[in-house]
Amino acid sequence: MATPHARSAIRARSALVVAIVLSVGAGFLYLGGWFSPRQLTPARLIDTFERVNGPHPGFRRNHAKGVGISGYFEANGAGSRLSKASVFRPGRVEVVGRFALAGGMPYAGDSAATVRSMALLFSLPNGEEWRTGMNNIPVFVVNTPEAFNEQLIAMAPEPATKKPNPERVSAFLAKHPETARAIRQIKAQRPTSGFADSTYNSLNAFEFSDAAGQVRAVRWAMVPLQSVAPPAAATGPAPAANFLFDELIARVHQGPLRWRLVVTIGQGGDSTRDATLAWPDGREQVDVGTLTIDHVEGEATGRARTINFDPLVLPNGIAGSDDPLLSARSAAYSQSFTRRVSEPATASAVTLPEGEKVSQP
Amino acid sequence: MSKVPQFAWSSRVLHWLMAAALLAMLCIGAAMVASLGQYQQLVAIHRPLGALILVLAVIRVVNRQLQPLPPFMTTMSARERVLATASERLLYALMFLLPLVGWGMLSAARFPVRVGPIVLPAILPHSEALYTLLRRAHTVLAYLLFFTFMAHLSAVLFHTLVLRDGLLRRMLPWSPRAGAPGSDADARDRVP
Repeated sequence: MATPHARSAIRARSALVVAIVLSVGAGFLYLGGWFSPRQLTPARLIDTFERVNGPHPGFRRNHAKGVGISGYFEANGAGSRLSKASVFRPGRVEVVGRFALAGGMPYAGDSAATVRSMALLFSLPNGEEWRTGMNNIPVFVVNTPEAFNEQLIAMAPEPATKKPNPERVSAFLAKHPETARAIRQIKAQRPTSGFADSTYNSLNAFEFSDAAGQVRAVRWAMVPLQSVAPPAAATGPAPAANFLFDELIARVHQGPLRWRLVVTIGQGGDSTRDATLAWPDGREQVDVGTLTIDHVEGEATGRARTINFDPLVLPNGIAGSDDPLLSARSAAYSQSFTRRVSEPATASAVTLPEGEKVSQP
Repeated sequence: MSKVPQFAWSSRVLHWLMAAALLAMLCIGAAMVASLGQYQQLVAIHRPLGALILVLAVIRVVNRQLQPLPPFMTTMSARERVLATASERLLYALMFLLPLVGWGMLSAARFPVRVGPIVLPAILPHSEALYTLLRRAHTVLAYLLFFTFMAHLSAVLFHTLVLRDGLLRRMLPWSPRAGAPGSDADARDRVP
């Protein structure tokens, strides 16, 4: 028979067990963000895209309008000095990719002012891959995922005017002078005529490590070998809704398009964690090879449709930097991918005739 | 002074290695869902740790076949013994299923799985429908692992702190002697 003293001791020890188990459970809930309802998570960031752009099932939540591309990359060997990644050894690797316009509206009309993107997947030996998404702007507009989310909300068009609320925009820019400065820098660069003559920048910094283990901060860009032309003059009839994509498709029909992959090497003091800051002119640049795009495919059949161009899928010899946007892009792209592939696919705005692919001899 | 009946030395080492790995994995998994800024570092641990858990699970199953178990404690009722056996089987199943479903869902998404310098081969064909199914299964199984772990923890704490029957000693990495200080020989409070 247990004494009353023993019974109360058992009650106390039972309470201790319950307290320990509840604390462990609460710890997991804390890690899962249950106690921080205002913290920005990948799901909440993608929710913002869906709220601002409306629902577009089956499409990427950003850079929704695009076409698939493919071709190859030929390294000249110059990059092997900087990175041990196999992609820089002389030779050719297969590339699939995607040209797209920034924004979450898959049927929006093309505009020369809209940010253009080039996303690529290099298939390397031994199952390695290098995935990268680049934009035709010199710097990015924000330097944290939280600011990106705020910017999406601040710049969202109002239902009545179809334009952003100027007061909200001013308030956002006052709070984020780095964005105001980046926008000035972006506007100072005139857009080119189309996808083919644009330069696409990595914007985020990465780390190259060479065979000796030396690590260098880098950014890279795809610089067109096509001659660069200004956008068509605004006079005359209104441009077709897909004029940028139509022109791209027509140009690939005529012949392959080429870009040089140029790696810029950062020096001490160049920020690797702030994508709104350009590195100073005069940094060493190395031309590491040539990208050739000789196929363009509609999104319905294109292999690029279901690729998540996660910028942190990198081969040995390339690693992410301390830029918080890289981690956030990886997390948010994964969230967008998971949502869109679970939804029924819808026809894209830009379509090519069934099975049409353009091949160069 | 007799020795406390314990699990085999190899079983105890594997138990605690797996416990540490699973606990870390549950924490990382929960944090990955909520994190933007730390996602990169969390994923960099999550995938190789998942591969390690799969390897450890294979070693544990082999070890489980080779090593005899100590008898059930007399403080465990027949129903509790059935529950303990069922939860053990469920935990073993989850140790295999969670890494395999994770690997399979990334294969279906055509996403390379890096473990150190090696990229693991795809174990399933590229399929959006398969990815969607397995991605959901990964979450459901992770919650199931969490609740099974909590039940396991509650049962061990109840035996060790409330019944004070020395259940935990069977799994301790060292070998305590019966009646040694701290070995819980205090029979006064023991529930009959």
